Amino acid sequence: MAAIRTKPDRHLYTFPGFGSEKFPNLMLRGAGDLDNWPRRVYEQKHEGYLGMRKALKMDPSAVIEEVKTSGIRGRGGAGFPAGLKWSFMPKDTPERKFTRYLVCNADEGEPGTFKDRVIMEYNPHQLIEGMVIAGWAMQCQLGFVYVRGEFLWLIEKMEAALQEARDAGYLGKDILGTGWNFDILMHRGAGAYICGEETALLNSLEGRRGEPRVKPPFPAAKGAFGQPSTINNVETLAAVAPILRMGGAAYANLGRPKNTGTRIFGVSGHVNRPGVFELPLGTPLDFIVNECAGGVRGGKKAKAIIPGGSSCPMFDAKDFDCPMDFDSVRDRGSMAGSGGVIVMDEDTCIVQATLRLIRFYAHESCGQCTPCREGCNWMQMILQRIEDGQGRLEDLDLLAQLTPRIGLRTLCPLGDAACGPMESALKKFRDEFEHHITHGTCLAKGPGLLARASAH
Amino acid sequence: MSHPLPPDTGELPLAPGQRLLESSRKELSPEALAEIQAIASRYPDRMAATLPALHIAQREFGFVSLAAMKAVAKALGLPEGHVFGVATFYTMYQKKPVGQYHFQVCTNISCALNGAAPLLQKLCARLGVEAGGPPSADGKWSVEEVECLAGCGTAPCVQVNHDVYDEFVDEKMLEEMIAACQRGEYRPWAH
Repeated sequence: MAAIRTKPDRHLYTFPGFGSEKFPNLMLRGAGDLDNWPRRVYEQKHEGYLGMRKALKMDPSAVIEEVKTSGIRGRGGAGFPAGLKWSFMPKDTPERKFTRYLVCNADEGEPGTFKDRVIMEYNPHQLIEGMVIAGWAMQCQLGFVYVRGEFLWLIEKMEAALQEARDAGYLGKDILGTGWNFDILMHRGAGAYICGEETALLNSLEGRRGEPRVKPPFPAAKGAFGQPSTINNVETLAAVAPILRMGGAAYANLGRPKNTGTRIFGVSGHVNRPGVFELPLGTPLDFIVNECAGGVRGGKKAKAIIPGGSSCPMFDAKDFDCPMDFDSVRDRGSMAGSGGVIVMDEDTCIVQATLRLIRFYAHESCGQCTPCREGCNWMQMILQRIEDGQGRLEDLDLLAQLTPRIGLRTLCPLGDAACGPMESALKKFRDEFEHHITHGTCLAKGPGLLARASAH
Repeated sequence: MSHPLPPDTGELPLAPGQRLLESSRKELSPEALAEIQAIASRYPDRMAATLPALHIAQREFGFVSLAAMKAVAKALGLPEGHVFGVATFYTMYQKKPVGQYHFQVCTNISCALNGAAPLLQKLCARLGVEAGGPPSADGKWSVEEVECLAGCGTAPCVQVNHDVYDEFVDEKMLEEMIAACQRGEYRPWAH
C-alpha cells in the first residue's frame, strides 16, 4: 500500500472575503495544506472534536433535536432535512433491541461534483467527528464509509485517520466513558455511478450488484444487512461537527430560512478559476461564477450553466441572479443537486454536450428498470443521429415525448436525472438542434466535445 | 460449489463483441486468501467481502478472469453466479488484460469542455493503442475512456493505474506522465 499522498492538488479553495463573518469557513479549514489531516492539527487549529465532546454529554434525542434546529438539509442531492431523517430510526424498546448502522455516502460520481474528496483529503477527522456524533444520536453500532473505488489514496488516508481516532479513544469500545461502542469501516466501491443512490449503495455494501431496491421499506426500517440504517452524504456528516460545536440555532442563522448553513460549490468548465468554494446557501449564482471562479474564460459569455451536477436541468444566462439554495433553484425549474456548477461558454455545442451527458446515463443505467435502460439508450441513439447530421425534425418531438415516459417511472432517480438535461436543452436551445438537423452543421464555434468522430 | 457455470472455454459471450478472457493463473495466493478472510470477518455478513475480494483478485491475477471470479467464490463460499454477476456489473474490474500502465482518461462533461476528447486521441496515437482496446504489443500501455473521476475542477483528469493525477493535463504533461512511467516512478498495474 502506498503512503499518504504528498502531491498537492491545484484546486482553488478560497476567494476574497472567505473566512469572514459573511462567508464563514466551516468545512474547508486548512484545505490546500496536505499536512492538515492529522488529529493533532484538527484539534489544535480547527476546534476539532469539540462538537463530539459536547454531543456525547447530551442525550441522543437532544442531539437529533439540535440537528433539527440547525435545519440542515442533505447535501447529497435530494436536500432532505437530515435531522428528520435521523429521527426515523427506530429506538430500542424493552421488547426489541435493534442493530443500527450509519452509512456515509462518499461515492461522489456525479459529473461536476468534487467536494467530498476535499473533505476527506484535508479534514478526514471532521468527517469522523460528524459520524461519531451521528452514530451517538441514532445509537448506531457500526458505521460504514462507502468510497468510490478510484479514491484509493483517500481510503488509505481515511484508514490512517480512523486509526488515530481509535488510538485517542474516539472510536472503539466505551467511547469517552459513555459505555457506547462504535467503529467505522471503510468500504471501497468499484466504479458504478448508480451506487451513489442510497439503496444501490446498500446493495453494493452488502456485496451485491449495485441495483436500487424497491422502496418501501425505506433504509430506516430495513437498510444495510437488513437492519435499520441511515445514509448521509460526506458533506452532511462533516457539517454536523460545526453544528454541534456552534449550536443548531447559530447554524440556522447562516444562509436563508429553510435553506440554512453553508455548502460547498464546485465550479468547473469554462471558468477562469475553477475550484471548490464554501458559501452560505442562497448566494447568487452570479457571485459564485463571476466573483469566486473569476468569470467565464476568455471574456466570453456563458451560454448554459448546470447548477448542481450533471443531473440538473440547465440554466441559461438569464438565470445568473438565481440564489443558489434548494428552493430557489427548484422554483427556477432545476435542482440544487450536489452543488457542482458546470459553466459552458457561448461557443459550446449544446447538442454535443447533451449527447455526452446522455451517453453517461445510458452507460451508467443499471439496467433494472426498462424505461431508464431502454430510454437512455434511445435518447443517445437519436442524439447521435442528430449530431451525425442525419437527424429529422420529428426527432425533436420524439425526444420530447420520450422524456416524460422515463421520468418518475423508475425505481431510482437515475432516469429522471437523464431527463433533466435533455428536456432543458430542448426547451432552451431548440434552435441549435434544428440547425444541426436542417444544415447538418453546428452553430457553435468551439472544439468538439466527443472522443468519437462526428459531424464537426 | 454446485452452481454450474458455462464451459470454461473463454468463449462465453458477455455482450456482443465482448468475451471473457482466461488467465493462466487459477488460484489465489495463501496471503490473498488470508487477506480476504480477514476482510470478510469485519462485516456482519461474508457476502459484503465480495467487492474487496474481487479487488484483491484483480491485483493477483492482473485482471478479473473467469478463474479469478471462481477463486473468489470459493474463498468466500458464495455461489459462482453471484460473484460473476458482481464482477461484470462494476467497471473497475477489468475483464480483460490491461497494460502495465493503464491510462484512464475522463471524457465526461467538465473534462470534455476542457479538451479531453483531443487529449484522448493524442494519447492513443502517442502510445499506439486504441481506447478501450487491448494493451500495446509489449504489454506496457493501455488506454481507457472513463466516466467522471471527480477531478472536474482540475479538468481534464487522467488517472494512471490506481493513482489519480488530476492536474490540468495537457500534451506536455502527458509526455511527463509517460516518461515517469518509463522511469518506473508510478506503481505498475496490479501492485
